[in-house]
Formats: sequence, C-alpha cells, structure tokens
Amino acid sequence: MSDMQYTNEHEWLKIDGDTAVVGITTYARHALGDIVFLELPDVGRKVAKGEDFAVVESVKAASEIYAPVTGEITAINDNLPDNLDDLKEDLDKGWIVKIKMDNPSEASEYMDKTAYETYTAGLE
Amino acid sequence: MKTTPLHTIHTDLKAKMAEFAGYDMPIQYEGVIAEHEWTRSSAGLFDVSHMGQVTLQGPGVVEFLEKLTPSSIAPMKEGRAKYTVLTNEDGGMVDDLIITRKGDQEFFLVINAGCKDKDIAWMNKHLPSDVTLTHHEDRALVALQGPKAEQIVRDVLEIDMAGTPYMAIKEHGPCFVSRLGYTGEDGFEISVPEGDAETLWNKLMAHDAVKSVGLAARDSLRLDMGYPLYGHDIDATTSPVEADIVWIMGRQDNKGFIGNERVLKELQDGPARIRVGIELTGKGVAREGAEIFSTEGQKIGVLTSGGFSPSLKKAIGQGYIDPLFKKDNTEVVVQVRGRDIAAKVTALPFVQARTKASVKKAA
Repeated sequence: MSDMQYTNEHEWLKIDGDTAVVGITTYARHALGDIVFLELPDVGRKVAKGEDFAVVESVKAASEIYAPVTGEITAINDNLPDNLDDLKEDLDKGWIVKIKMDNPSEASEYMDKTAYETYTAGLE
Repeated sequence: MKTTPLHTIHTDLKAKMAEFAGYDMPIQYEGVIAEHEWTRSSAGLFDVSHMGQVTLQGPGVVEFLEKLTPSSIAPMKEGRAKYTVLTNEDGGMVDDLIITRKGDQEFFLVINAGCKDKDIAWMNKHLPSDVTLTHHEDRALVALQGPKAEQIVRDVLEIDMAGTPYMAIKEHGPCFVSRLGYTGEDGFEISVPEGDAETLWNKLMAHDAVKSVGLAARDSLRLDMGYPLYGHDIDATTSPVEADIVWIMGRQDNKGFIGNERVLKELQDGPARIRVGIELTGKGVAREGAEIFSTEGQKIGVLTSGGFSPSLKKAIGQGYIDPLFKKDNTEVVVQVRGRDIAAKVTALPFVQARTKASVKKAA
C-alpha cells in the first residue's frame, strides 16, 4: 500500500492507469466512530474534484466523502454497505469507488504516506 | 468556554470533547455504541453538571409553580419528583424540567443547561414577593444509569435506595439522590457540592460495573425512549398538547397557568400537529430537519431528532406530523438528501422503560 496517496480530507487514492481507486483512511475511520450506514453513488455518475459523492452515517452524525479527482464513477464497492468493518485503508476490501479521471494530473498533488502521517500527527 | 467541576477527569480519560450549551463537555469516551449498550446492561456514569439546579421556596411557591407549569403541584408529596414544562404566554415552552418537592414550601428544580439563563430570568420576572429563587451554581450533578445502579450506590456510597421509588428523592447529607434519569433505565441523578464532585465520580468509577458515558450516548439512549430534547423536539412554539405530553397535566386541575388559553383550546379541538415516533424501515439514517411525506407524496411533517439506535440496530427519530397520520404503523416516507426512505409512525417509547415503576401514562 506504499504507493497510495492521501488527501487533507482523509481519503486515500491509488492510481491505476487513468483510474483512481478511492477509500477513506484509518484516521478517518477512527474519527468517524461507530459507522452504521454507507450511502454509495450510482455507477456512471460524473463527479467534480472536491464534490461529495458518498455519505457515511455514524450513530451521531452524517459525514461526506469527497472526490479527490474529476471524472466518472465506473465502479462501486457493493460489498461495503453490508460489511462496514471493511471500510478502511485496504485496497482490496476497503475501496469505495473507482473514478475514471478526466485529468490524471489532478492526482499528482496529493500526499504520500509519510507526508500524510506528518499531517495527521499535526492534527492531534 | 465554561467547564464543569469534572472537566479534568474527562480530559484525563481522553474523552472526545466538544462544546454543548456553552460548556466543554465529553461527547464520548470509548464509543457511542459501547457506552449505550453498557448503560443498558450495567451502569453508565454521566457528568450533567452543566444543567441548572435551582431552589424555590416560600409561602407562595405552590401557587407560583402552578402559574409557571401546567401541572398540579399542590397534591405533590414531599420527596416526590415530577417532569413538567415551563409554558410561555403563547402556550409554547420555555423549557422542560424536573421539579422535586423537598418540603411544604420548598422545591428543587433541574433545568436544561442551554436554557438556564433564560429560565432564571423568566422565573425572576414572575417571582412573587413571598418566594425566593436560589441558583445552585456551586453544585455538580452526575447521573448513574443502568440496571446495576441501585447495587452500586449501596456498595460504593453506602446509600440504600431500595425503599425509594421512581421519581423520588432521598437526601443524604449534602447529597440529593433522585431516582430518575434520561435513559429509560433504573438509576439516579446525584447532586453534590462541587468540591465533592471528583470524589463522588472516582468512587463510582472504581466499581467494576461502572463506565463513563458521554453526551452522544445520552442522546441515543433518550431517543430510544422517545424523550423530547429541548431546542429540538420541543421549543417556544410547541405546546404540551402538540408534544403529546398532556399526561404532565394530570387530571387537569390546574387551569391558571401561563399560556393556558392555547393549551386548553388544543385539548378540546386537537392540535394542528403532533409529535410521534418515526422508525425507518428502509435503509439509511434520518436526522433533524428531514421532511416527512405521506405515501402519496404530500408533505406531512418534519423530523426534530433522529439517529441510529444501538439497542434496536435501526434508525429511529421523532418529529411533528399532521395528526391525520398519527396512527401507529402508518406508512410514511422520509426524505434524506433527496432520497426517499420508507418509514412508519411508531408508538413511543421505541424501547420499553425499565425504571423502578415505569410510567405508562403517556397519552
């Protein structure tokens, strides 16, 4: 997982050609607390960078997940809503959506693992 | 931001802290679901010192309280507590509160943190010359809630509450121990001088059956019970009839209270909207502000509280709807972010109360 990239909003993304696989980080998972529901977008939906595309409900509140790149959602992880423990920093099980990027250079601005760890340490 | 006398304890316990009613309060310690379930199975300890504690005393106190609230105060026995509301001139609510009769001419009130200043100003505005109001800013309040609470209080504090029924108080030195709460479980709220708060908390926490519980689980626990939360489910515009808490009026002997005109009229003619429980049958969670529709697509109301119940493992809430749709099990639709979620009107409480003599008087 060393080649994952990370956003300030605590999403991770893994670039595979012109597609970004997107999930949420362990830090986010911890901050959200007890997750009880995940609302996924429809396949085929166009999202703009920074737009919310999914909602995580905890007991207490709803939190949005933001698209790190602009493009079209080509796949959603249907398995997740019924297996919320899998929603974590795990490429195989924890991915939420795959986005076919309009502009792959958008993905180059994000942090690597080390930078993200420094970033989250500063938030404590 | 204001703090309670137990603030250092919460930060030492590494609680997730946030502002609530001007206070820096513990929202959760271990996690909402764990804390919720612990309270239902064992005993949860809550710091509710942000709430207001007030004493009213004097020859005119009964008459005064029968003006402030729609409840019958005169028949209250010493040592007994009552849930009621302060009504405003329009028949809405200034706050909801617990009043306890401590003596012939002395009552102890516990009021909401966010309403303290407003309530005290309201009471002072109407205060007769033969009644005095004392705001106990030097007292802390903790709640111990759960099926093991009675045993714990006996083991740790050496106070035997076995003979004290639900909605009654026992004074133990400077402590006021009231058998009531906001969770639907048996349990106590303990008022102590602020200097004794840490000792009391630590003694209770030392018991194996006790864990600290934050405000997030306090909210999910009260949602299970369908208890209204002031500022959300009840406010200055909602009447006791709309809120479906007419039972606080008992046999309706008290007709001279502030705002009685609207309340008595609604009792006769029925209210324009009524508070009900809403259970989501479709997938999702609905929160305060979500609109409620009939299955024909007509807007019939709005959710005033909502969340996920760790007890029931489903999403529940409460809201106000057109009384035409109030019948239990009426199918409705709740809209969340543009998505329709199937739901039904549900009798409150969602979870049966397990208090010592659970009040089953709800209208």
